[in-house]
Amino acid sequence: MLTLSWLLPLAGALAVMFVPNADGRRDGVIRWLSLVTAIGTFAVTLAIWGGFDPDSAAFQFVERVPWIPAFGIDYFIGVDGISLLLVVLTGFLTPIALLSSWGSIERKVKEFSIFMLALEAAMIGVFVSLDLFLFYVFWDAMLIPMYFLIGIWGYDQRVYAAVKFMLYTMAGSVLMLIAILGLAYLHSSATGVYSFDLLKLYALDIAPQTQTWFFLAFTLAFAIKVPLFPFHTWLPDAHVQAPTAGSVILAGVLLKMGTYGLLRFSFPLFPEAATYFAPWLAVLAVIGIVYGALVAMVQPDMKKLVAYSSVSHLGFVVLGICAMNVQGVQGAIYQMLAHGVSTGGLFLMVGMLSDRRHTRLIADFGGLKAVVPKLTAAFLIITLASIGLPGLNGFIGEFLILLGAFRWDPRFAVVAGLGVILSAVYMLWMVQRVYYGPVTHAENATLRDLVPREWVSVVALCGIALVMGIAPMLFLRPMEASVDALIQRVQTAQTLRVKDDGRQKSKVKSQRSENTSEPLDHTFDF
Amino acid sequence: MFNSSFDAVVPMVCVTLAALAVMGAEAFRSRGESLPVGGLGIVGLAGAAMSSVLLWNRNAASFGVIVADNFALFVTITLVLVGILTIMFSSPVVKRDGLPKGEYYTLILFSVAGMIMMASANDLLVIFIALEILSIAVYVLTGIRRDDPRATEAAFKYFLLGAFSSAFFLYGIAFTYGLAGTTRLDRIGAFLAAQSMSDNRLILVALGLLLVGFAFKISAVPFHMWTPDAYEGAPAIVTGFMSTGVKAAAFAAFARVFLSAFEPFSGEWAPVVWWLAAATMILGTVVGVAQSNLKRMLAYSSIAHGGYLLVGLVAANQVGKAAILFYLLAYAVTNLAAFGVIAMLGTKDAANDELRDYAGLWHARPALAGLMTVCLLSLGGLPPTVGFIGKWYIFSAAVGAGYYGLAIIGVLTSVISVFFYLRVVVMMYMSDRPATAVCPPVSTVGMVALVASIVVILALGILPTPVLTLAAESIATIF
Repeated sequence: MLTLSWLLPLAGALAVMFVPNADGRRDGVIRWLSLVTAIGTFAVTLAIWGGFDPDSAAFQFVERVPWIPAFGIDYFIGVDGISLLLVVLTGFLTPIALLSSWGSIERKVKEFSIFMLALEAAMIGVFVSLDLFLFYVFWDAMLIPMYFLIGIWGYDQRVYAAVKFMLYTMAGSVLMLIAILGLAYLHSSATGVYSFDLLKLYALDIAPQTQTWFFLAFTLAFAIKVPLFPFHTWLPDAHVQAPTAGSVILAGVLLKMGTYGLLRFSFPLFPEAATYFAPWLAVLAVIGIVYGALVAMVQPDMKKLVAYSSVSHLGFVVLGICAMNVQGVQGAIYQMLAHGVSTGGLFLMVGMLSDRRHTRLIADFGGLKAVVPKLTAAFLIITLASIGLPGLNGFIGEFLILLGAFRWDPRFAVVAGLGVILSAVYMLWMVQRVYYGPVTHAENATLRDLVPREWVSVVALCGIALVMGIAPMLFLRPMEASVDALIQRVQTAQTLRVKDDGRQKSKVKSQRSENTSEPLDHTFDF
Repeated sequence: MFNSSFDAVVPMVCVTLAALAVMGAEAFRSRGESLPVGGLGIVGLAGAAMSSVLLWNRNAASFGVIVADNFALFVTITLVLVGILTIMFSSPVVKRDGLPKGEYYTLILFSVAGMIMMASANDLLVIFIALEILSIAVYVLTGIRRDDPRATEAAFKYFLLGAFSSAFFLYGIAFTYGLAGTTRLDRIGAFLAAQSMSDNRLILVALGLLLVGFAFKISAVPFHMWTPDAYEGAPAIVTGFMSTGVKAAAFAAFARVFLSAFEPFSGEWAPVVWWLAAATMILGTVVGVAQSNLKRMLAYSSIAHGGYLLVGLVAANQVGKAAILFYLLAYAVTNLAAFGVIAMLGTKDAANDELRDYAGLWHARPALAGLMTVCLLSLGGLPPTVGFIGKWYIFSAAVGAGYYGLAIIGVLTSVISVFFYLRVVVMMYMSDRPATAVCPPVSTVGMVALVASIVVILALGILPTPVLTLAAESIATIF
């Protein structure tokens, strides 16, 4: 079942590859074929959600086949509460991204569809891999289709952006590869056999010094992906230059891989190093929140504005993860989903505007409300969702994160709170300049409102944003057990180590034990 | 097989016979007649492959100086693969450029025979003879386009520096013989093991000279100067052949000499090879970035790949030795296929091997561009290609042996290398095709070889286990 979720889009990509389309006459067939595949994949991910047992913290839908037995490498996949909804998110956004391309991608439709579907396969693969080798394969393989999507169908600076994206991400991930190899080697010196099995590696007792290095190697890879300040410089280029579908996927799913990696690998594998570095990461996250917001405020280009807002919003996610308590982590995962929906939606609608007007500059618009009322309404809803208006999806995540951060270290919460206010400033200001006031440019007076195709994806996004805002338990419930287990793992490992080390770390312990002694409650109800 | 003392030489005899047959056919053909000599060569190579399979696990030895242990056989099969692909890629090129067909294939086959001999040799002198057999053939191949001044210059440079390095190597053999009284590797190993406590400086001199000789052949920095010129000047497919076949054979002999005979002194040579590996990886990639000629760029990239192979040699653990074998295979197939594409895009008058000649290739020849992209991604070590598995294998050996520094240099340089491989991809996919660009017709044989290579690249990238197991078995029997 789980294999199907990534194999199906790959099979779709292969099928598209064999549709003869030299003259572009079968573009329609290809578009429908890939859309059907993507919707089918979404259905599969929903079925996985349906069959998921929310009371269990264990990995479910587990499949394991030996792959390279000499090195203990298995094809080992499964989902838990942390990855489940990210898989569903990927399944949800890909058809939307594909639909968005119907109006904007006119040349080389076949190759575009192949790359999109391959990208989806690799993204789902990243989220479901429980073998570090397999994870790395998907992680790196994902770069290839994204690189082509940006480089071929992007805007003017596309080549620069594509290469920068690729090299940045690779530079981070190769060091992670060394750390993965190091872990497998440690496992072999402890037990006599190599293993890349995540669950076995969780059980490994790693010396603090080694933890530090490995944690840094893993976290660098993820920090670049998130992107955490100051590793974010690839992001504005990639987001702005990518075609709309690429931006939607980049913002919606790809960035989450970084934060997912922190949750799945960095923190539970190296709990002690994670505790040591968490405040530093949080500092970077908070800087990112404020910095991203401030830079977003002065952007003349809508796409760039949304891109920088991602830096800010992802800062919240990292902050929540660093807090490592129930509220923080649940909020982080929630915010990952919410950001996927709302920023994906923003990129989508900015793309619609830019398809119509061939410009993304705020100054070229104004007074669109009278011309495109439906688009304006949808844009406003998603904007409010992104800002974190109660009743919409962004609120729950940010609120939980701030709560978690406050329980951990109020100072971070205070500064991060500033980011919430700033996001309202830059987003609403943009909406005001683009949609309200008089129509300042004559070209804008004749813009087309949403066509039915666009209508479908916009309604889906707004609907999800609303559901996530009103019924958060629907989404929080599946992650509870896994989040508890994760926090317990991180904290138990710390306490064990603290016992060994005696007084030296007592300060850390006293601070931590406060958290542990409290029941891991999530009685926080809405 | 006959279970006689000739068994171990059967693979190279097959190839040599094929070479002689091609030569004979060339001598006795009537004027204007064109014989399918390439096919004859492939038959000989297939015979070598088949006999290698039959010899597997038998540890045959002939005359004490040629051994057909699994290590040699694995390399032999790699070399046969290189030979077959080279012949297939060459067939349209020979016709197009009007190369002397008989001589061309004879030289290819003779040098493959030399390569197989080099990989199977258990005696320093036999290694030297094999080295000369393969080198002389390759010198001639480099300059086979006599009308091209660049090719002539490349051949001359290659010849001079090759002779120079052979002298180093021979000198090293002489010193070794003077010390140990033998040139047989197993006896040298036994002698050195007994001497491992003594601080006989002459051993180090012998070691150093042999190391320099090998470093020239595998173009390790700082002994790489001949490589870019020779690779750029030679016809593309010959460059592909030298950069894979010669390197594989030289590496096999290098590994055998240093990991068996000179193993007792690994404490002395390992640090030196560490630096060679680091310098080779760094220089190969950093200078590769600045190239605008595709052949020259791949020349530097092949230098860098030699550096990765050296990492496996430094690690010198079980994983490392098997990793060398696997990487040689992975690199050989990938690199040869890349040069195959370059060769196919050339014409008689224009090599079309500048980076700008690839602009917009995707629009004109989508299949060729796609296949080239897979090769480049594999060279860059991206999954799901065999290049990724090879790099992973090499670096896991380095990490396992505690060489974290070398592994980090390796992965970082491979990111830099991805940058220049991507430049080609950018050219092919993200630039417009100039109206003046010519696209020669693609030959069927070449395309078949290319598709076969790509299948190998992807298949071994996704399911490497069988070959990884073979590589691990191959080194289990020796060292």
